[in-house]
Amino acid sequence: MSALNNLSDIARNGVWKQNPLLVQLLGLCPLLAISTTLVNAVSLGLATILVMLLANFAIAGLRALIPYEIRIPVFVLIIAALVTVVDLSFNAFLHDLYLVLGIFIPLIVTNCIVLARVEAFAAKNGLAASTLDGVMMGAGFLWVIALIGGLRELIGQGTLFSGIEMVFPSLSGMQVLSADYPGFLIMLLPPGAFFTLGLLIAGRNWIETRANQRLLDQRKHNDKPAEKTAPATA
Amino acid sequence: MSNSPYLLKATSVQSVMLRVLLALLPGLSAYVWFFGAAIVVQIVLASLTARAAEALVLYLRGKPLALFLTDGSALVTAWLIALSFPPLAPWWLVVLATLIAIIVAKHLYGGLGQNPFNPAMVAFALMIVAYPQFMSRWPGIDAIDFATQWDIIFGLHANQALDALTMATPLDALRTALHSASTTTPATVASALANNPAIGHIAGRGWEWIAAGHLVGGLWLVQQRIITWHLPTAFLATLLLLAGLANAINPNEFAGPLFHLFGGGAILAAFFIVTDPVSAATTPYGKLIFAVGVGLLTWVIRSFGAYPDGIAFAVLLMNIAVPLIDMTTQPRIFGHKRGHKKTGKNHHE
Repeated sequence: MSALNNLSDIARNGVWKQNPLLVQLLGLCPLLAISTTLVNAVSLGLATILVMLLANFAIAGLRALIPYEIRIPVFVLIIAALVTVVDLSFNAFLHDLYLVLGIFIPLIVTNCIVLARVEAFAAKNGLAASTLDGVMMGAGFLWVIALIGGLRELIGQGTLFSGIEMVFPSLSGMQVLSADYPGFLIMLLPPGAFFTLGLLIAGRNWIETRANQRLLDQRKHNDKPAEKTAPATA
Repeated sequence: MSNSPYLLKATSVQSVMLRVLLALLPGLSAYVWFFGAAIVVQIVLASLTARAAEALVLYLRGKPLALFLTDGSALVTAWLIALSFPPLAPWWLVVLATLIAIIVAKHLYGGLGQNPFNPAMVAFALMIVAYPQFMSRWPGIDAIDFATQWDIIFGLHANQALDALTMATPLDALRTALHSASTTTPATVASALANNPAIGHIAGRGWEWIAAGHLVGGLWLVQQRIITWHLPTAFLATLLLLAGLANAINPNEFAGPLFHLFGGGAILAAFFIVTDPVSAATTPYGKLIFAVGVGLLTWVIRSFGAYPDGIAFAVLLMNIAVPLIDMTTQPRIFGHKRGHKKTGKNHHE
């Protein structure tokens, strides 16, 4: 666990290296259902971050008190309580958005990312590291679902930020492509989410492969390997 | 492509694809005769797009351009897309469909010989889900001259008058008449077909001759041993049987077998789409199961579904089942007893 104690490693794991959507492929159900517009996607992403932060914090704090044999039911109960709080808050303060997101806020309870991070990380690590892990894994979820939501909205109906008035009543969505853009309905339907996610995963793998290749080339062509390894051993 | 007697020289992909294109010509001629030359424009658009997309992907994948560009498989896909799309569809629809077929449905799955789904049908299904309003732009027979057709394809024509120039396909006309809720007395098949300009002697006006042309081309392909009889026969027989049975039981609700065979894309599908050597089943029994499945689903979707012609969806649904079908219908290997398979165990002793 010594490597993971490094806080920047935790951040990098959540956002990129072990990204919950692009690498672990967890939480695909809300991704398919909610990433139809940018506003919906970001809203659900923020709700998920909030739940993950609270869940990891709570469980890292309580882990000494939770019996190992029944830890999973206890985790689920704690997560369910936190999600209920978030769900009721959405209902109270962002009621229009609450109607759009509907069942998917309560369903954060069953989102595999939340339970996975609680079980794999918060149950074994300290308070600060666990809280950071929750936020960063949530951030990894947020940026991918936001990107997919933005792409699907743009290609599917030619707009961005449609529905923003549900969050900020003074703002309104904008028409990015020309008004007679015929739209591309398939992007707004679940297949569109699969296509976009597949392409993003391919893109991430491509970047990783190139980075690894460059690292290998660098090592191979390096005439003075001592210079390269010096900082690591120091 | 060579099988065990090795008496015949193995045919090259190029010669197969060239003969498939030739076999499409009779149907295409009838098409131009009845609906005008717009289809030729669409074929040219689709072919150019297919070649460009193919070259681009081959370059990106680092594959030999000359070898794969001349095999003609992309051209067959392009022609099938153009022939199954309405001729008055806007130009970008066919271009987009061809790009999706070649880049997504063909090359993202590994290229020629690797794609589990028929690329032309993937394109068709995507487009009819995404753009139903453009996928119904069929011209009336002799209604529009070529200049107007050209203007419509390239968006130079005022959109308001478009409805007057286009006509429903026979399958569409029947569906609308049977399922429209506005009329108080529901139409029967006979009354729907009696006074409809889209309906000819046995099925759709013009359509029946296009289908006849494709039948001639398809039979020539069988004679040339490019395709075997299994797939087209099983597909058409299933469609014929189901339509005949349903029509005999309730002639008011269900159109007859001839209408199903000659009223839509059934003949084109039977000889050119169901027979796709890559995405269809390959074992003899498997071919029969595959084609019967496509026929069954086509009839069900046509009779009860929401889309005008169900062939594309039927083909794609059966494409998914192909690995299972092929695995369970492996023919007996020479020298092995068939009894081995009956135990249900796959491993050899």
